[in-house]
Amino acid sequence: MNLSMKWLSDYVDIDVTPKQFSDDMTMSGSKVEGYADETAEIKNVVVGKLLSVEPHPNADHLVVCKVDVGEGAPIQICTGAKNVKAGDIVPVAKDGSTLPGGVSIHKGELRGQESNGMLCSLGELGLTTHDFPYADENGIFILQGEEAAAPLGTDICKAIGLDDVSVEFEITPNRPDCLSVTGLAREAAVTYNVPLKLHQPEVKGCGEDIHNYLSVRVENPELCPRYMARVVKNVRIGPSPRWLRERLRASGMRAINNIVDITNYVMLEYGQPLHAFDLKHMKDGQIVVRNAREGETILTLEGVDRVLSPEMLVICDSEKPSAVAGVKGGKYSGIYDDTTTIVFESANFFGPSVRVTARDLGMRTESSGRYEKGLDPATCLPAVMRACELVELLDAGDVVDGIIDIDNSNHTPRQIRLEPEWINRFLGTDDISEEFMREKLTQLGFQLDGDMITVPSYRADVEGKADVAEEIARFYGYNKIPTTIIRGEAAAQLTPRQKFERKLNELLLAQGMNEIATFSFISPKYYDKIGLPADAPERHSVEILNPLGEDTSVMRTTALPSMLEVLASNYSHRTLDVRLYEMATEYIPVEGQQLPYEPVRLTMGMYGDCDFFTIKGAIETILENLGIEEYDIVPVKDDPTYHPGRCAELVIDGDPIGRFGEIHPIVAERYELDARSYAARLDVEKLFAHYNPNREYTPLPKFPAAQRDIAVVCDDDLPVLTMERAVRAAVGPMLEKIVLFDVYKGSHIPAGKKSVAFNLVLRRADRTITDEESESAVQKAVAALAELGAELRS
Amino acid sequence: MKEALNNILAAAKAELEQAQDAKALEDVRVRYLGKKGELTAILKQMGSLSAEERPVIGQLANQVRAEIETLLAETGAELKEKALEKRLMEERLDVTLPGKKQVIGHQHPLNLVLDELKEIFLGMGFDVVTGPEVELDYYNFEALNIPKNHPARDTQDTFYIDDNVVLRSQTSPMQVRTMEKQKPPIRVIVPGRVYRSDEVDATHSPMFHQIEGLVVDKGVTMADLKGTLEVFVKRLYGEDTKVRFRPHHFPFTEPSAEMDIMCFHCHGEGCRLCKGEGWIEILGCGMVHPRVLERCGIDPEVYSGFAFGIGLERIVMRRYNIDDLRLLYENDVRFLKQF
Repeated sequence: MNLSMKWLSDYVDIDVTPKQFSDDMTMSGSKVEGYADETAEIKNVVVGKLLSVEPHPNADHLVVCKVDVGEGAPIQICTGAKNVKAGDIVPVAKDGSTLPGGVSIHKGELRGQESNGMLCSLGELGLTTHDFPYADENGIFILQGEEAAAPLGTDICKAIGLDDVSVEFEITPNRPDCLSVTGLAREAAVTYNVPLKLHQPEVKGCGEDIHNYLSVRVENPELCPRYMARVVKNVRIGPSPRWLRERLRASGMRAINNIVDITNYVMLEYGQPLHAFDLKHMKDGQIVVRNAREGETILTLEGVDRVLSPEMLVICDSEKPSAVAGVKGGKYSGIYDDTTTIVFESANFFGPSVRVTARDLGMRTESSGRYEKGLDPATCLPAVMRACELVELLDAGDVVDGIIDIDNSNHTPRQIRLEPEWINRFLGTDDISEEFMREKLTQLGFQLDGDMITVPSYRADVEGKADVAEEIARFYGYNKIPTTIIRGEAAAQLTPRQKFERKLNELLLAQGMNEIATFSFISPKYYDKIGLPADAPERHSVEILNPLGEDTSVMRTTALPSMLEVLASNYSHRTLDVRLYEMATEYIPVEGQQLPYEPVRLTMGMYGDCDFFTIKGAIETILENLGIEEYDIVPVKDDPTYHPGRCAELVIDGDPIGRFGEIHPIVAERYELDARSYAARLDVEKLFAHYNPNREYTPLPKFPAAQRDIAVVCDDDLPVLTMERAVRAAVGPMLEKIVLFDVYKGSHIPAGKKSVAFNLVLRRADRTITDEESESAVQKAVAALAELGAELRS
Repeated sequence: MKEALNNILAAAKAELEQAQDAKALEDVRVRYLGKKGELTAILKQMGSLSAEERPVIGQLANQVRAEIETLLAETGAELKEKALEKRLMEERLDVTLPGKKQVIGHQHPLNLVLDELKEIFLGMGFDVVTGPEVELDYYNFEALNIPKNHPARDTQDTFYIDDNVVLRSQTSPMQVRTMEKQKPPIRVIVPGRVYRSDEVDATHSPMFHQIEGLVVDKGVTMADLKGTLEVFVKRLYGEDTKVRFRPHHFPFTEPSAEMDIMCFHCHGEGCRLCKGEGWIEILGCGMVHPRVLERCGIDPEVYSGFAFGIGLERIVMRRYNIDDLRLLYENDVRFLKQF
C-alpha cells in the first residue's frame, strides 16, 4: 500500500519528516518499507517561457530559443524538439540541474551556439500522458492551465504538482482496513494523538429513480453478503482533474478517465473495491449475482473466453456473466468513450471464495487481493456515496436518485469486556491507566459503554481480550513494556538420545570428517544413480505435489545419493582428499499412516587418501568409543551400490545396522567420480539402542604377559575374523589379546594361499604365566587354526 | 713409596685432564684403582713397610685414592655435561618448520551455531524437542488459526504432499504438538528443517532451518517474552546489543511482534547492510493466541504463554559474514573447512 502524504493531510494534521513518520508508524504497528519523494531526483528545473524560437544557423534539426526563467535576462537554449513556439510555457532544466535516472544537465555548445540547459519532455520528468493527458508524448511538455499559471522560475515540481511523498506500507493480512487512506489516517491520528477529520460524502442527485434503470437479485447471499448499486446517467467521459491524477500516481496507479479513476480513487481512499458497469451491456437492466453455471464462460477484457466453474460467483445480466465477482470485469463491463449510463457496484463478497476463484482463474487482482482478506460490509455505503459525490464534483455525469442495497450481512457488533487489570497483568506492565486505554480505543473507533467495548465493523481482527491488549500495547509502546525473566524452575538438559548424537558427532569430527548438510528432497533419478533395482522398496518415496523441479520432487528414503552428489561435486572441484559425514533425516512412507517415519541415518563418504579399511576403521572406532564390543561384519556381495567384493554389513546382536564399502565402479562412473570412493550408511536409532554409556573399571594387570607370534598359511578365502575367533575359543581367558600383524601373498606362498601372522598376548590375573602354559596356549591355537586348514608356516 | 703415590696421583690427574669420554675415564679408574691397578699394587707392598711408615703411607694412599675418585667423579660429570651440550647442539631444529597437525573434522556452520543457540536456551531452562517435517496441514496451519484459503497462507508458499499433508512451512506446528502432549509448565525450543517453495538464490532456499520457542505457564507475560529474548540475543551477540520490539502480525500469537537488533555496522544510523533502517530483523514472536491454547486443551483463563521463531540461516550468515545462502548447502570442503 502506497500512501500519498498529500492525501493523508486531508484527514490528519501532522508535521513530521517522512523518515520520522515512517519510524513512528512502524512502531505503532503499520510497518513502513520505505518512502519515495517525487522531487528527490529533480533539481533546478523551473517553469520558463519561450520568448523566441529561431532556426539554428548551423543545423537544420535544431532551433535556438530565448527562454525567460524569471531571472531577468533570458537564457539561450538549443533544442531539437519540433513542437515549440514562442510564448510556450515549458519545463526548463537549467545548468547544473538533475533529472530522474541520474541524468545531470550542464551548459555547453550545440553546433557553435551556446545552450544553457534543456527543455524537458514528460518522459524526462519521469511522467507519462496518464499524468498529463494534454501533453505531447514525443515533444517538449508544453504546460497548460494551472500548470502554466505558475510564475516563471517556479520549481517545476511545485508548478505541476510533482511534489508528493509516497510512503510504502507493508500491511499484514489481518488489517485490510489499512489498505486505505482512511485506515492509515486513523492509525496516524492515534499514533500522533491528533483528531481524525473524517469526511461524510454527500450526493445531490438529479431526481428520477434507480429502479427505473436497474434491478438487482442476489442468488447466493452467503458469497455476497451485501450488494449496493447506484446509477449515473449522462456520463461525460474525460480526463480527471490534476489533483486526482496526482494522488493516483503517488499511490502507484495510472489515471485512465474520470469514471475509472473515481472507482480506483474510492478503492484507495476507503479500501472498498468498486466496479463500474456500462448499463447498456446489462441486458434487461438486470444484475444477477449468482454462481456460474456448469460450462459457462466469460469473455475477458483481453478477448479470451474463460471457462468458469460452479463454485465461482459471477455478476450477470439476465443472461450472461459480465464480471467475476470481486475479481475482474469482463469485456462488456468496461467503461468506454461511448458509455452513457453506468452502474457503480459497491459490494461485499466472501473472502475465501474470491481467493479460490482468483487463484483458479489465475487472475489475482488488486480487488481480489482486498476481498480475500475479508472486507467490512458497512464500508459499501460510504464508498458508493463517495463515488457519486466525486461524479458530481468532477461533473462526470448525473447521479440518479436512490440506492439499491441488498444487505444480508451480519450487523451484530462484537463486544468485549474491558479488563484493565488483566491487560496490565498480561503485558507485564502495571502502569497503563484505564483512562489511557479508553482514550486509545475510542480514537481507534471502538465504542465504550461502561466496561463493554463494541468493536467497529472494520476491525474484524479484534476478537478477544488479547487483541484488545495488543491495541493498547502498540500505542503504549512495545518498548516501554518492561523486560522480566520468567519465573519458575529452569532445569533443562539434553535427552540421552541428544547426548548420544552429540557424542557421535564428536567421534566423527575427531576422525577428521567434515559435516555436511544436504536437501531432504531429491530427484527420483537419484535412485537409479545408486543402482537401486526397479522393485526396491526404497523407491517408494513421499512425493511433493508442487515441487520446484524434478530435482527436488521426492523426500529421500536414503541419504546415500545426497552424500555421493557432494563427493562428486567436491571431486569436480579437484579437492583431492575428502572425508564427510551427515546426520541425515530420511522419510520412509508407512503403510496406513498419513505421515512417514523420519529416522536419522549417519552417512559417511570419502575418497583420496583412504581405502576400504579407512571407512571400516572409522566405524570400528565409533563402535569402540560407544562401548559396543560385540558385533559382526558380514560380507555383502549383492548390494548394487557397492563393489561386490568390498562391501559389508555391520550387525550388532543379530540386528543389521547398516552397510559400508567401496562404491561400485558403475555407480562411481555415473557420478563421474574417478577416484575410488567409500561410503557408509548406518541407522543412528539402532546404534543408540546398542550404545552403552556406562563404563566399569578393570584393574590394571599385576603380572607380566607372555607374547607369542604364530604365522600360518591358509586359503586366501579364509576370513581372518574366523581365524581370530577360533584362536580365542581354543585358548580361552588366558588370551588377553590377539593382534593380526601381517597378511602376505606372493613369492614363497602358493597361489590361492596367504600367509597370516598373529601376535598373541597371554596373561594370568593371579600369577605370572609359566612357559609351559604359554607353550600349551600356542599349541591350542595352532591346532584350532589347523582345523580351519591353516598350517603353521615353516 | 710416598713418591710413587704422588706420582700416581699426578699421572692420574694428567690422564684425566686428557680424558675425552667415558671409556677414557674407565681406563683411568682401572689402571689406578682397579684390582690390578697401580695404587692397589702399591698397597699390596704395604707389608714391607715399617710400623711407623705404615700408617703414614696408608693415610697418604687413602688420600690419593679419595682424590682420584673425586677427580674421576668430577671429570665424569664434566664430560657428561659436555656430551649433553654437544648432543643438544647437534639436535637443534629449525623450529619454524611446519608442525605435524592432526586432521580434525569441521562441524557444519549451521550446526555449529545451532549448538550455540541450544546451549543458550538450555541454560535458560528450555528443553530441546524435535518433530516431523512431513506434517499434517492441521498442525502446520489450521491449529495455528490459519484455515484453508486464509490469506496468511500466501506468505508461506507451501509444498503439498496431498490435501492434508504438507512439508512444514514453519516449526510452529510443534507448538501445538508440544501442548497436546505436555501440560504446563512448558519451556521448549524446537530446531528443525522447514520448507517453502522459494527458488534458490543468494538469500532464499526451498529448505531452511528455524528454531521455535514456546513457554506456557501461569502468569507468563509479554514482559517475560521481552526479557527472555533480550537475554538470548545478548548472550548471542554481546551484552551491549540493542534490541527493539515492533508490532507485527502472526495468526497464532496475539499480541505479535518482531524483534530487531540495532545494526552493528551503522549503530542505527541506517546503512546498506540494514537497508537504511538502522535495525535488522532477527525474529518473530508473540503471546500464544488464546484460541491456540484452547485447541490444545489448555485453559487461557489460567495459563498464558509466548512463542518465537528464529531463522537459523540468517544468524549463521551474519555470524560468519557469508553473503550467499547457497554455500551452506553446496558442501564444498573448501568452504566447510573454514569453520
